Amino acid sequence: MSGAADVLAPGAAARPVAAASAAGVGRPSLLNLLFVLPYVMLMLGLVAVPVGFGLWLSFQDYDMLGGWNGSVGLANYVNLLSDRIFQGAVRNTLLFVAMTVPAFVGLGLFLALALNDGLRRSAVLRSVFFGSSVLSVTVVTLIWRLVYMPERGLLGTVLGAFGLPEVNLVADERLALLSVVIVTLWWIIGLPMTLFLAALQQIPREIYEAAALDNAGRARTLWSITLPSLKRTILLVAVIEAILQFQIFGQVLLITGGGPNNASRPVVQFIYEAGFRDWQLGFAAAASQVLFLLMLLAALGQLWLGRRQDRG
Amino acid sequence: MGGLVLRNVSKRFGPVGVIDDLSLEVGEGEFAVFLGPSGCGKSTLLRMVAGLETLSAGEIHLGRRRIDALAPGERGVAMVFQHYALYPHMTVRQNMGFGLRNVGMPATEVEAKIAQAAALLEIGDLLDRRPAQLSGGQRQRVAIGRAIVKQPEAFLFDEPLSNLDAALRARTRVELARLHQQVPSTMVFVTHDQMEAMTLATRIVVMNAGRIEQVGTPIEVYRRPATRFVAGFIGTPAMNFLPVAAVEAEGARATAVLADGMRVPTAIPATRLPAGPLTLGVRAEHVVAGQGSPAVVEVVEHLGERTLIHARLQDGSALVYAEPGDSALRAGDAATLQADGSAVHLFDGAGRAYHAGLNP
Ligand SMILES: Nc1ncnc2c1ncn2[C@@H]1O[C@H](COP(=O)(O)OP(=O)(O)O)[C@@H](O)[C@H]1O
Ligand SMILES: [Mg+2]
Repeated sequence: MSGAADVLAPGAAARPVAAASAAGVGRPSLLNLLFVLPYVMLMLGLVAVPVGFGLWLSFQDYDMLGGWNGSVGLANYVNLLSDRIFQGAVRNTLLFVAMTVPAFVGLGLFLALALNDGLRRSAVLRSVFFGSSVLSVTVVTLIWRLVYMPERGLLGTVLGAFGLPEVNLVADERLALLSVVIVTLWWIIGLPMTLFLAALQQIPREIYEAAALDNAGRARTLWSITLPSLKRTILLVAVIEAILQFQIFGQVLLITGGGPNNASRPVVQFIYEAGFRDWQLGFAAAASQVLFLLMLLAALGQLWLGRRQDRG
Repeated sequence: MGGLVLRNVSKRFGPVGVIDDLSLEVGEGEFAVFLGPSGCGKSTLLRMVAGLETLSAGEIHLGRRRIDALAPGERGVAMVFQHYALYPHMTVRQNMGFGLRNVGMPATEVEAKIAQAAALLEIGDLLDRRPAQLSGGQRQRVAIGRAIVKQPEAFLFDEPLSNLDAALRARTRVELARLHQQVPSTMVFVTHDQMEAMTLATRIVVMNAGRIEQVGTPIEVYRRPATRFVAGFIGTPAMNFLPVAAVEAEGARATAVLADGMRVPTAIPATRLPAGPLTLGVRAEHVVAGQGSPAVVEVVEHLGERTLIHARLQDGSALVYAEPGDSALRAGDAATLQADGSAVHLFDGAGRAYHAGLNP
């Protein structure tokens, strides 16, 4: 004890221990930095340096084959903005986020509300819905290729049984992105559902009892008690999912490959192809910065909306 | 308007019986306090009245209606919960108006009722705050206000003071008593604190392990406890219990001879006492010092207006008695003690009490 106090307040040894530690607490000292140094080093090495390097790279003509040809200013960004494929990729990504994030919030909330009881059946279903989250993207896409497969696939068989014409989601320009949305929802709906379940269980039972005594019916209770209590979790799920879904890549690559006719190519695939197929690292880095900016804006926008609602 | 009647009410959670065939009538406008140790089933009973718990058997009537099959909102009761149970995202005004708006009351009428209750509870300047911006005492008032605006036939309170600090608890107690004078509804109040029960109740229902031990006015349960449990539960310090070695009849009255030889001539008729071992109960203020059996002082508690002396008799039994506030006794001092026979109680092996005069 007194040793720690000495470290915190050098030269205090002559004073009583209690006084020494009281004087040391909250007093800035360079020595305190020692305690956070390991974390700071990791943070600098693994986050700050790569981020800074990426930013620097986006202003360079850096080609894996041709090497570094010096700074080009904003040229990479200018090229990006006029790149039709990049424009399409941004549009696809925004569309994808706009379809998945509300679906994750809505469906996750619905499942959580439906399965938040003590029944055995609900416990089984909770595990089922969460279970698919542990599968890797390769397994998930394999399963769904069997569903989407033309003629013999599950989807075609089911539609055929009802006498409906077959739709080939994956090969249709207008539906390819939707096919990936469905796969993604099926894959990781477990996380939002679990977050909502945890939040539901935090709501004190007494509040529902007070509402019952206040003559609140089911709809009224849901609208006036449950949903307001979940506001923070709804925001959390929306922000997490937006950040995750802006980075959509694996499912697309394995299901549609970005096609047909670039109709489902997302930004990360564009970055991957620019950097690791065409070896234009500076150009790819610039695309990464644009994606980063989009994600930042989306997250900040949601937080701002949430804060405003909190006050209102 | 009317009283609350419980008829042969039982409650079991699976194999565990919590309330066992309980019957009780609370008169209209009465302030009934259910008093008992934690876990004796007080909350369960209150929640059955409120409709938050089903009955395993029995009936509940409020006024002219049988209410035990009605939904909680239709029973004409309002409940104040131990942890307040305010809606955290609503303002005080919205909290108080929620139940009224749910039954379709016009907004102007809702506002008028809120204003009236707010004035009564002096929370008018808190109406636009959220519960998180209130102190514990203020939350308590809002919870009471939320109950008042509904003008229920019966108020149900589940240990509403137990989360307040001692000073606030004492003050809120007085305010609740005043509230009962202004709002003449039937009130049922649950607590494990005998001080709350004594000060608030027009009638106390002492409960133990899902059964009623005694129903009576505060003075009745204090002066004439029906059982040894009630005698030990009510009063601070707790009643002293001393084993009786022998009972002698002196005239019609019984004289108890304690294990250390102290003779206590009681006013209890000897013929009414059963055979078998008896225990003598005497409160601290009914032990007279300066005569009788020798004892040794073990602990001295200075309470200000009086001093509690924890002493030990020669046979080893412990006895607490009261001295004036300026008592100079110290641990280790010798004392002589005598129980005042006119104020003692006798208890048989089953805990049943015997008092001077008529037994209930
Ligand atoms: N939902 C429940 N399931 C099982 N046992 C319960 C339940 N609610 C209360 N009990 C049991 O009933 C007994 C009485 O509880 P309660 O009415 O809360 O007591 P009190 O309010 O007097 O402290 C306790 O032993 C408690 O464990
Ligand atoms: Mg209780």
